[in-house]
Amino acid sequence: MATETHGVSREAVGSGTLASSTGVWMLVGLAILLAAPFVLYPVFLMKVLCFALFACAFNLLIGFAGLLSFGHAAFFGGAAYITAHTVKVWGLSPELGILLGAAFSATLGLVFGMLAIRRQGIYFAMITLALAQMIYFMALQLPFTHGEDGIQAVPRGMLFGVIDLTQPLAMYYTVLVVFLFGFIVIWRTVHSPFGQVLKAIRENEPRAISLGYRTDQYKLLAFVLSAALTGLAGGTKAIVFQLATLTDVQWQMSGEVVLMTLLGGMGTLFGPVIGAALVVTLENYLAATNLPVPVVIGTIFVVCVLLFRRGIVGEIIARMRSRRG
Amino acid sequence: MAGDVILETRGLTKEFRGFVAVRDVTLRVRRGSIHALIGPNGAGKTTVFNLLTKFLQPSAGQILFNGRDITAVKPADVARMGIIRSFQISAVFPHLTVLENVRVSLQRPLGNSFHFWRPESGLNRLNGRAMELLEDVGLAGYADLPAAELPYGRKRALEIATTLALEPEMMLLDEPMAGMGHEDIGRIAALIKRVSANRTILMVEHNLSVVSDLSDWITVLARGEVLAEGAYSDVSRHPKVREAYMGSAHA
Repeated sequence: MATETHGVSREAVGSGTLASSTGVWMLVGLAILLAAPFVLYPVFLMKVLCFALFACAFNLLIGFAGLLSFGHAAFFGGAAYITAHTVKVWGLSPELGILLGAAFSATLGLVFGMLAIRRQGIYFAMITLALAQMIYFMALQLPFTHGEDGIQAVPRGMLFGVIDLTQPLAMYYTVLVVFLFGFIVIWRTVHSPFGQVLKAIRENEPRAISLGYRTDQYKLLAFVLSAALTGLAGGTKAIVFQLATLTDVQWQMSGEVVLMTLLGGMGTLFGPVIGAALVVTLENYLAATNLPVPVVIGTIFVVCVLLFRRGIVGEIIARMRSRRG
Repeated sequence: MAGDVILETRGLTKEFRGFVAVRDVTLRVRRGSIHALIGPNGAGKTTVFNLLTKFLQPSAGQILFNGRDITAVKPADVARMGIIRSFQISAVFPHLTVLENVRVSLQRPLGNSFHFWRPESGLNRLNGRAMELLEDVGLAGYADLPAAELPYGRKRALEIATTLALEPEMMLLDEPMAGMGHEDIGRIAALIKRVSANRTILMVEHNLSVVSDLSDWITVLARGEVLAEGAYSDVSRHPKVREAYMGSAHA
């Protein structure tokens, strides 16, 4: 018995150092993000941050609730259209436009969620895909979205009426704040009483039901949160690029976010950020070459799945754990 | 109230596309007893469990718990009424720690389970009770280990602690000793006996010596129907039972 108690204390100390190392990594990451626009192009960085938030929001669903959505482009692109339209045509301020975009995605998430959550696994993925395709066709057909052209020349405007977002640095730090807000919301959700139940459902749903949890309601809340944060990312992207187009809402975008999340490490907090940064960087560099981008990215994805299934961050965490043990 | 009967089924039937898995099963479980459901493979024992906990919807028949008809109640709500089941394959949350596994159970009645904006540390006030439950099943020394790393027998003990955390009026245990070594069987049997005080237990079990030691009442199922019921000594002498069950697998 004495040795067992000893085992517990050792374990507790171990998880303590792991937690504090997470804190150190967060500070390092924050420092890099604060300094980055002085070294790299702000527009590139903003693209990374928007996609990082998108991937984190997606990861909340697949990594912590175990739900694979194949329709997240609808939330990303849908919010981009709403933000672009309300800012350009209605003349709303950028912050209101982004909020409306996120609210739209949250509402859409509620509808999608209620329809899809009754089904499991591949059926769930297929329903989300089908619903997202409906949004795609609406984006193609509705007059306000301007079909193939999309909504162009969206003014960045003045944030809260005082910060001029046409300044690249002001825009960058605004995006950084949006990203950090989203990241903190996700971090808090994962480490909350709700997150605890969500993990239990991911691990063993019948058992969670047998303990009296109405699991559909928890999955629905996770879905709505994920959709809302995805909308936050999509709306912000519309302001940054002053653009909302069909690219944001078509099914390839839903696939891309799956790729980013798996590459970085599903179910880890930092994984999707790394995955998004990697994919956006690759796309940027490959765009300048003659290589077919989807083929290269696809190959990397296959290699990743074959060699390190946990994703980059997932593998690092697993190695650190095994070295400790 | 239906006297001292806590759970009752009337004409319980489940058909899967023409195949009748459970036919006209009438079961009366007395309050405070340990009631065993036995029978050869494919007799419909687990199906009966799934019907009782509403993981499956019966094709016909009625289920009454404390005299109340629960035939149309959803599985999570059956659990909330006080019937907690276990599963044939050990049902723990593998990547949560042993302590967290029990805490998930304790957490629900707090009503903060949808609070995604609150820190997890708010759950720490449940740790004391969780440790008590773990001590009760001999797992206190494993509290911070991921449940996946527990040996099989300990996982079953964890499952029982998680179930007990809800203080269920009735526990349904689906083959609690399946796949266990001798030592573990003894320990889990003693545990079941101990926790049966003040509650009712209905269990599916293959190990007949365990059944004969533990249970007050036995129902034998064969091909989805009740073949016999009674105390172990009576049931084991029943000719049909010997033919259908003892005669084959457990001579």
